[in-house]
Amino acid sequence: MAPPVSGPMTVEPDTTTSPDRSAARETGIDRARKRLKPPPVPTDDRARSRLVLDTMILHLHPARIPRQTLRWTYTWGLGGLAALLVVMLVTTGVLLLTNYTPTAPDAYLSILNLRSNVWFGELLRNVHHWSANLLIIVAVLHALRVFFTGAYRPPREVNWIFGIVMLLLILGANFTGYLLPWDQLAYWAITVGTSLISYVPFIGGWLGSLLLGGPEVSGATLLTFYALHISFVPLSLFVLMALHFWRVRKDGGLTLPRSVGEIPEERPDRVTTIPHLVRRETVWALSWIAIIVVFSVFVSAPLEGIADPNLSPNPAKAPWYFMGIQELLLHFHPFVAAIVIPTLALAGLFSLPFVDHVSDHEGVYFRSKRGRSLATMAAGFSLILTSAWILADDRYLDWTGWLDGWPTIVSNGLIPLAIAVMVLALLDLWIERTLGATLEERVLFLVTFLIVSLVILTAVGIFFRGPGMGLFWPWSMPPAP
Amino acid sequence: MTNQPIDDPAARSGDIDRRSFLKYAGIAVGALAAIELGGIGFAYLQPRVVEGDFGSIITAGDVDDFPPGSVTQIVNGRFYLTRLDDGGFLALYQRCTHLGCSVPWNQTEQQFICPCHNSQFDRAGTVLNPPAPRPLDRFAVTIEAGMVKVDTGSALTRDDFDASQVVYP
Repeated sequence: MAPPVSGPMTVEPDTTTSPDRSAARETGIDRARKRLKPPPVPTDDRARSRLVLDTMILHLHPARIPRQTLRWTYTWGLGGLAALLVVMLVTTGVLLLTNYTPTAPDAYLSILNLRSNVWFGELLRNVHHWSANLLIIVAVLHALRVFFTGAYRPPREVNWIFGIVMLLLILGANFTGYLLPWDQLAYWAITVGTSLISYVPFIGGWLGSLLLGGPEVSGATLLTFYALHISFVPLSLFVLMALHFWRVRKDGGLTLPRSVGEIPEERPDRVTTIPHLVRRETVWALSWIAIIVVFSVFVSAPLEGIADPNLSPNPAKAPWYFMGIQELLLHFHPFVAAIVIPTLALAGLFSLPFVDHVSDHEGVYFRSKRGRSLATMAAGFSLILTSAWILADDRYLDWTGWLDGWPTIVSNGLIPLAIAVMVLALLDLWIERTLGATLEERVLFLVTFLIVSLVILTAVGIFFRGPGMGLFWPWSMPPAP
Repeated sequence: MTNQPIDDPAARSGDIDRRSFLKYAGIAVGALAAIELGGIGFAYLQPRVVEGDFGSIITAGDVDDFPPGSVTQIVNGRFYLTRLDDGGFLALYQRCTHLGCSVPWNQTEQQFICPCHNSQFDRAGTVLNPPAPRPLDRFAVTIEAGMVKVDTGSALTRDDFDASQVVYP
């Protein structure tokens, strides 16, 4: 990433233009050496920037960027970190391929071999595992940053959609990779995860058996997931990353950060990308590489016993990033929890820049002063209402019992969903009528509410669900029976 | 070039001209090729079955090996052979109809109890406790020369238990 730093500071006379005596003495090796010599490095920023104008970095970045967009507390370096993680995942992934057998049950044995007999095998596996998990978190946070600063509005709406598709691909990469160790954790997480597909109306069963290569997770599934994991998903991701970076530049770079009420500058103060941005990116990337490697030295990726299709662990949990959906399954009929709600959520995400499309207040975190308090309120409401719903449904609500004789998809699915939607609609009406919230603030309120709900559902699923999927405090979790 | 109208026979007769014909023919051939490739891809990705393993017809054993009122797990077939008190056989797929966990038989409770979300089923696979949305799937049972054979090729779903599902020796 950094410009070349070796080479003399003085510029040698160009001998090619004076082909008299010196040309006679010059050998082929001399010429080759001269061509390989990096150009002289000037010392001031502007000249250095000009020097490498047509080098690699400037394929990605513009030559100059507004000084304000360098502010770390505006972007939190999330997009760059996500790109770094993809590079790390590809590097470690390619290396892992050389020591992995994608067949059952040899896959598990190859992981054991990797752990105990291969130099740095365990470290590579850990770096790959933790980078992959971190990538999900970073990609979601990146999307949140874009949402909270309104940076998805026109002309950036297409890039928002690319981003959501990439988020889905990242989840796909993680999910297909989850099966590859072929341990109990992998086998049952993928079993529970793929069973959700069977609730797709009409074609669910067919789709599921096509993906699994049979009625249940087997060696055929392992090979299919392996193929998707190392070819289709990463290739699609690379194509979208290229499009994403291209759109960032075509859309005029980042939205300028500003505070409430501040008018965006017509001609913002610009600085050269090299070194101002690149130096920050290098420090940021190196720091995260160090953090991940050190973490991976001390914390190993989980590996349980070899997959046993006859023995489900108790509790059997989906991968952590799908725990929100699994938690929903405990409260809603599977069709509503696994199909209706995720479909609505995705449709909402894709249509956000078209609903909230008036280009104003971009770059202002939370839109406005009132937006800030509305977002805080939404988070508070969501925290209380979601937790209360989970607890109440676990202890007191008995939809199937009360509405005995109704199909469970209505009694335990559509009715509670309708109630939830109604609560949200009432809250929305209230902030509009009583607090005078504008469209952008209402969108902010609703999305914040739903995001906090998802976080709570996921956290409850990960930390509070024990044997038999009962609710327990994390510090008094009973051992598996 | 002048602006004289071109004498187009197709325009006069209502037939299509050569250019449109080739265009439509191209689209038709392309669509045919797409359907073919889709079909080939689909056929290629069909589940693969190994003889004698799960997915083929599995011989569970002699009829007399299974006393009435017993539930026997056939491990390589992923199913339970349950013999009802009246001597009838049912082969129940061990996969929970909720989210696919393997359901163990609990001898003391005389129930199948799923470890994942606590769905409960009786010995015929009927749901005693949700969230399972339907009874355990079953496999077709045939009895040939006193041997119980189970076709694990396709799991048969059902909304309720009824007597026609039971096979008698």
